[in-house]
Amino acid sequence: MTFAQAPHVTLAQAPHVTLAQAPHVTLAQAPHGFLSPTGVEIAFLLVGLVTFGAALVTVTTRQLVHAALWLVVTLGGLAVEYLLLTAEFIAWVQVLIYVGSVVVLLLFGLMLTRAPIGRSPDADSGNRWAALIVAVAAAAALVWVVVDAFRTTWIDLDGPAAGSTEATGASLFQNWVLPFEALSVLLLAALVGAIVLSRKAKEESSSPPVNARGVTKSSRPVTESSDPQVRANPAEQEGTR
Amino acid sequence: MHLAYPAVLSALLFCTGLYGVLARRNAILVLMSVELMLNAVNLNLVAFDVWLSRAAEETLHSGQALTLFTIAIAAAEIGIGLAIVLAVHRNRGTADIDKLRDTAEGHGTDTPETEPGTEKAEATA
Repeated sequence: MTFAQAPHVTLAQAPHVTLAQAPHVTLAQAPHGFLSPTGVEIAFLLVGLVTFGAALVTVTTRQLVHAALWLVVTLGGLAVEYLLLTAEFIAWVQVLIYVGSVVVLLLFGLMLTRAPIGRSPDADSGNRWAALIVAVAAAAALVWVVVDAFRTTWIDLDGPAAGSTEATGASLFQNWVLPFEALSVLLLAALVGAIVLSRKAKEESSSPPVNARGVTKSSRPVTESSDPQVRANPAEQEGTR
Repeated sequence: MHLAYPAVLSALLFCTGLYGVLARRNAILVLMSVELMLNAVNLNLVAFDVWLSRAAEETLHSGQALTLFTIAIAAAEIGIGLAIVLAVHRNRGTADIDKLRDTAEGHGTDTPETEPGTEKAEATA
């Protein structure tokens, strides 16, 4: 029943209310301005600078473990931004899941792939300048469009918190129950998939190489007669397997 | 608070992640950059949810619900991604995505490998 109501509410009310109220809101909140920021805006700006700087260091540092540790700073700064936006439940979920588990998983991945401690000169690939051009162009376009689109829009942070645990839980279990349950199935599938991918399958790894070796043996007389470089290629691949 | 602050920060974080995905060579660093992009999207969702819950009296809290879903999907993604990276590292001895060129096409240096016999061996290896 709530699902039947949900599109009706959003489709019928949201454009109507925003279109009708948007000029009214900006007129009523005219004393806002770029040159007189509030305390929350200053705090948001400072934490945002720290977050953005940590993100830049994350994608540019040549020490792999340091990148993971700067990612902690970025994600923690984003949690503080969620708190400043009065979304406290999201902030704590961010701290628990991202800072708590995702970064630990990344660190374990770095250790299990034997990442070098210290500087690794080949952390960046050769297309760094093309990537820089693409990223700067995308940033310029996005910032220009976003600032131009939301120039006269203010978030009203007064009153009860929009993202308190009570409000989030109520909406999650009233309107979003079915996606929530589907998400648990997805998490189960991801768990099973990760176990299947990362286990050392001995009995399965024995059968496909036999098959592959048969194919290489059958095709080897053709390659042996043609080119010595080609003949070295399957052997090299078998060595790396 | 002006809505441009979180929107601009989100755009900058997304482009930082975009640079990381394009420029990094280690697969785990690419996964970190993907996490940055997902977090930029989360910040946008939360900011617009807080704005719309007052301006349009939107009571579904769809932005925050979608943020929670995105966080859960990102956790699943990082688990699967790391499992794939570890499997690749176990098979190939490297987590360098520049060296995984088995399905690459159209390079002049790989022309001796286009013989039918070796192609079949590569496909089954």
